[in-house]
Amino acid sequence: MKILKPKDSEYEIKKGRILRVKKITDSEKLFEIVLPGGENLNHEPGQFVMISLLGVGEAPFSISSSPTKLGSFELVIRDVGKLTHALHRLKAGDEVGIRGPFGKGFPVHILEGSDLLFVAGGLGIVPLHSLINYAIDNRRDFGKVNILLGCGKPEDLLYSDELDEWTKRLDVNFECTVDRADSGWKGNVGLITSLIPGVNLDPVRTFAVVVGPPIMYKFVITELLEKGIPERQILVSLERHMKCGLGKCGHCQINGVYCCQDGPVFSYDKIKNIRESI
Amino acid sequence: MERYVVLKEKYFNDFISSVAASGQKVFAPVAKGYNQYAFEEVTSGNQVAMDCIPTILPPKKFFMPQYETIATYDISNGQNMEPVMEYENIVLFGVHTCDLAGIQCLNMVFSEHPKDTNYLTRKNKILVIGYECNSYCDEYALCRLVHNHLPNGGYDLFFTNLENGSFIIHINTLIGEEFIGKFKNFKEADDSDIQVLGALRERRKKIFAKNEVPIEHEQIPELFNRVYDSKIWDELGKRCVACGNCTNVCPTCYCFDIIDESNLDLKTGRRYRRWDSCQNESFAKVAGGESFRAERSARQRHRYYRKFKYSIEKYSRFFCTGCGRCSRTCMAGINIKETLTKLVEEQGMKNPDAG
Repeated sequence: MKILKPKDSEYEIKKGRILRVKKITDSEKLFEIVLPGGENLNHEPGQFVMISLLGVGEAPFSISSSPTKLGSFELVIRDVGKLTHALHRLKAGDEVGIRGPFGKGFPVHILEGSDLLFVAGGLGIVPLHSLINYAIDNRRDFGKVNILLGCGKPEDLLYSDELDEWTKRLDVNFECTVDRADSGWKGNVGLITSLIPGVNLDPVRTFAVVVGPPIMYKFVITELLEKGIPERQILVSLERHMKCGLGKCGHCQINGVYCCQDGPVFSYDKIKNIRESI
Repeated sequence: MERYVVLKEKYFNDFISSVAASGQKVFAPVAKGYNQYAFEEVTSGNQVAMDCIPTILPPKKFFMPQYETIATYDISNGQNMEPVMEYENIVLFGVHTCDLAGIQCLNMVFSEHPKDTNYLTRKNKILVIGYECNSYCDEYALCRLVHNHLPNGGYDLFFTNLENGSFIIHINTLIGEEFIGKFKNFKEADDSDIQVLGALRERRKKIFAKNEVPIEHEQIPELFNRVYDSKIWDELGKRCVACGNCTNVCPTCYCFDIIDESNLDLKTGRRYRRWDSCQNESFAKVAGGESFRAERSARQRHRYYRKFKYSIEKYSRFFCTGCGRCSRTCMAGINIKETLTKLVEEQGMKNPDAG
């Protein structure tokens, strides 16, 4: 057996240095990461990166910061498995391996000029956070911005500082609901679908952008179609198991489509006939 | 200008020994007993099983090894890793036309952007010598159905036993020509040899006269447009034990996992890829626990659709090579010819004269 050291291997990692770790809930932490030389990640909202800890493994994570944030990027990671558990033990100054960004993100150039309706369920706010901030940072280029957020319990809410800011902003309409309230909760109680009928929107000039747990899509999309939003103007981001990010390993395949290369962002008209998609 | 040479059968052993003696490792089908064969290193022609059923594992194992190191690492001082690419210059002898098709399929997958550097580098270190099946290997094969019963390229050299004491060899590449030039006893083929080959291929047309499944080749995509909700997948799901044998032995199944393996110092180690199978329950499971093909019936359907539908949409060819390995190896007796026949009958698309 002979061994070569390929110069341009697809599996080469960049070294990312953790600038900041912030615990945001009992199970989620935010990581701010800098690439060598402060290079920009140069991603689209909705894309993902493969994060490595050598010796532990590698997995895909949505990029939660907007590309308008320069010099570093952010991930919000739930402590749920072997790799995420190891990541949760890291501190500022530690390194992680990075490949990517990968996939097709939200088509911001197509969204420009349109009204936006964001529908986020649970951790779905993480990839949407990138696009929401992109829209806020380029606010003049978009129409009305509606953000609907749903999660299990009040203490699960991510980005609470920013949620307060969105509530106050005059150029954003933000609504939030929880499945199960506690005594201190003043807001809506119920599933995310309950917020949709009340939104005031012009369906023809609205793009709905939906990210949440797999179970959520069917119900939310039904409501959005009920509102009259055209199928091609409903965008979703699908979560799948991934190993390579290169359209090869097969784990993320949805019928004939590779989620990592063809997605993770799809418009509903493109996936409505792909049976395993939602 | 096509070029053919001939080699007398009596010189075949000497040919393989000469290649091995020249320092080139030669791998060829070797009998393992119980009518099982495996591609293994040989040093003489008499070790080679010439007319055998497809080997347990296809030549895929040389192109994308079961375990392949893709990087080594050392985390003593941060996340330091170095990509690696393992290869060996080898000669692969005795690759049947079904397996040549399998290699062509893998080439398409790994050369599609983003390309796989390791695979593409490694494949060019392997000299491929095909070998013609003059008759059916056994009742599991369905090579006629997928049009892989005749040579369709994908080799450097191709041996056909003329059944008159000689092999005729098609030289398909300059690499093949240069290779054969290094060894003696090869003579230019003359018109009579070409005529014998032509007559042999005519005889073969009669042996491989009909499709093994009663449907025309061109009708298969339409069949798969119709059968997504067929109950036949449920029947398969009830029998399947989700062992993954079918995908391991498939010449075109290329799915893999990526795993880190630490050395005992817990600082250094390697990242490797390993064959994986869409038949495993955990294959499409995400961190939150949701599995997108939780049922065995859905996973079996996925396997068939990857061979007969998705591959047509993506690569314009079937990823079933007709080798029949999945049927031969299945512990539950799931048989691809039977499954396809049932689907054809269910859809009323049966054509007993197809072929």
